Amino acid sequence: MIISRREKWVGNTLLVVLMAVTILPFITLLVTALHPAGTYPSGLEWPKVMHWENFVTAFQSAKMGKLLWSSVLIVIGVVPVSIFISTLAGFALGHLRPPGGRVIFVVFVLGLTLPFQGVIVPLYFQMRDFGLLNTRWAIILPLIGLYMPFAVMWMRAHFVNMPTELSEAARMDGANTWKLFTSIHLPLSMPALSSLAILLFLWTWNQFLLAVVLVDDATMRTMAGALGAFQGQYGTDIPLLCAGSLLILTPTLIVFLVFQRKFVSALLQGAVKG
Amino acid sequence: MTATTGTTGRREVVEHSTTSLQDRRRALKARRLRRGWVALALVVPAALFYGVFVLRPLALTFQYSFYDWNGVTGATWVGWENYTRLLHDKEMLGSILNALELIIYFSFVPVILGLFTAATIRKFAASRLAVVSRTVLFLPQVIPLVAAGIMWTWLMASDGVVNQILRAIGLGALARPWLGDFDAALPAVGVIGAWVALGLCMLLLLAGMTKIDPALYEAARIDGAGAIREFFAITLPSLRQEIGVCVTVTVIAALASFDIIYISTQGGPGNSTLVPGLEIYYLAFFSREIGQASALAVAFMVLVLAIVLPIQRLTKDVDS
Repeated sequence: MIISRREKWVGNTLLVVLMAVTILPFITLLVTALHPAGTYPSGLEWPKVMHWENFVTAFQSAKMGKLLWSSVLIVIGVVPVSIFISTLAGFALGHLRPPGGRVIFVVFVLGLTLPFQGVIVPLYFQMRDFGLLNTRWAIILPLIGLYMPFAVMWMRAHFVNMPTELSEAARMDGANTWKLFTSIHLPLSMPALSSLAILLFLWTWNQFLLAVVLVDDATMRTMAGALGAFQGQYGTDIPLLCAGSLLILTPTLIVFLVFQRKFVSALLQGAVKG
Repeated sequence: MTATTGTTGRREVVEHSTTSLQDRRRALKARRLRRGWVALALVVPAALFYGVFVLRPLALTFQYSFYDWNGVTGATWVGWENYTRLLHDKEMLGSILNALELIIYFSFVPVILGLFTAATIRKFAASRLAVVSRTVLFLPQVIPLVAAGIMWTWLMASDGVVNQILRAIGLGALARPWLGDFDAALPAVGVIGAWVALGLCMLLLLAGMTKIDPALYEAARIDGAGAIREFFAITLPSLRQEIGVCVTVTVIAALASFDIIYISTQGGPGNSTLVPGLEIYYLAFFSREIGQASALAVAFMVLVLAIVLPIQRLTKDVDS
């Protein structure tokens, strides 16, 4: 392909500008976080003395250790169960194709475009009746349900493309449905499963609405939900707020940078299927 | 276990060719039925969670919307009253209009900018800078929207970087506290949404463009088409599906926006950035008008479907 010099120059400039715009908020956050606590720095201004201790203060006053643990517990509660039950359902609907399976699948798909706000009010009363309000279960259980349309569709799309010859051969060898699932299909679905796991992790970690509505105690929320409470508490102390926000961002950023390839492809695929 | 006996049953049938065709059919049917039940049983856990935490609340939203209820004492049936009030209430209607306006910023801006950028860098999508940009441009997708809200609130404050830059390039007259200004607040919130969506849209569109057959472009060049003709004659039509995906994802993000606005403006100043998601939250949990909140939620969900389904149809039919 012929690429003229000018084209390349224009394209690269555009890319650099876009990247600068993307990074700028992060840099501002970092620079502001280094100003003395309690001051009101103006814009992007380098502090005279770097106040790294702001991070320590924010870590302690936001009870960051507790928050991290809370988010981890919520992720552990949501992601494995969601993946397990959606894989079972996806396998059944996509591969075994039971009678009535199409109808069931359509009902799941109906939930795909559903904004969480549409069900949040009854969910609140339902969790109250269950006596689970203000516990982590109030976030975990509804999230599993709310992820089902996407997760089931994702896994079904994977199993639909598996050749039926594979199962027929296994059946000939006397494998029952469970054996067929665990020893043939599960190992083959690992790429689809891990992408789904990444997406669900990210969505759970960043979940805000359910945390704000269903759990009052910030230390029982997700990281994103806690950030909301943190802002209410330190809204006036800008450097501390920025330091706290950065600390809350760091875990996802680290996970993202470690698994970036997988993340990018999972998010791109996730958008296409969703 | 049942399936195993099913398989051995089948072997017997094959071996004893003397069995009548009818028996064979019956055995086949029985096995299919048994496997059908096993398969349905596998769907049960997922269906249970979906039913209890999505379908039941969904039905309850409809039910609540016909009642006047404060969440504590008894509810009274009011029929369609919550809906008629919705049609005459400036605040609620305004929130829907705001959400529709947000589509321009959350959806059109990133899709058009993304198309433009992707088309410009299409030919060297494998260069080092482009590969690095994949990681960088994805950052806004990875962080919580709340964090994006906090960052931008600070950027757009009176002494924030945005105003600093404006003053530096001699446009100081435009500087203002963006999120606190009645006219500027909604577009300012829109900028945050555009910032979040731009990278995803650009990379989705770029991925679509790399799938286009290069021979098409060669042919166009030979026919003397310039870059602009090329874009409208080849790139744009081939990207129908990808554009559809971008528009769908971002339109839903616009209509269902909550996190960013909750953090940056709480719907203010006045009600200039109020959106349905936030209004439902306020109505239900602050004014304790559960029925009214539910009616708005129902109208809101219908609106989302009415906008998203046609987009899906328009972009999917061509492919099949």
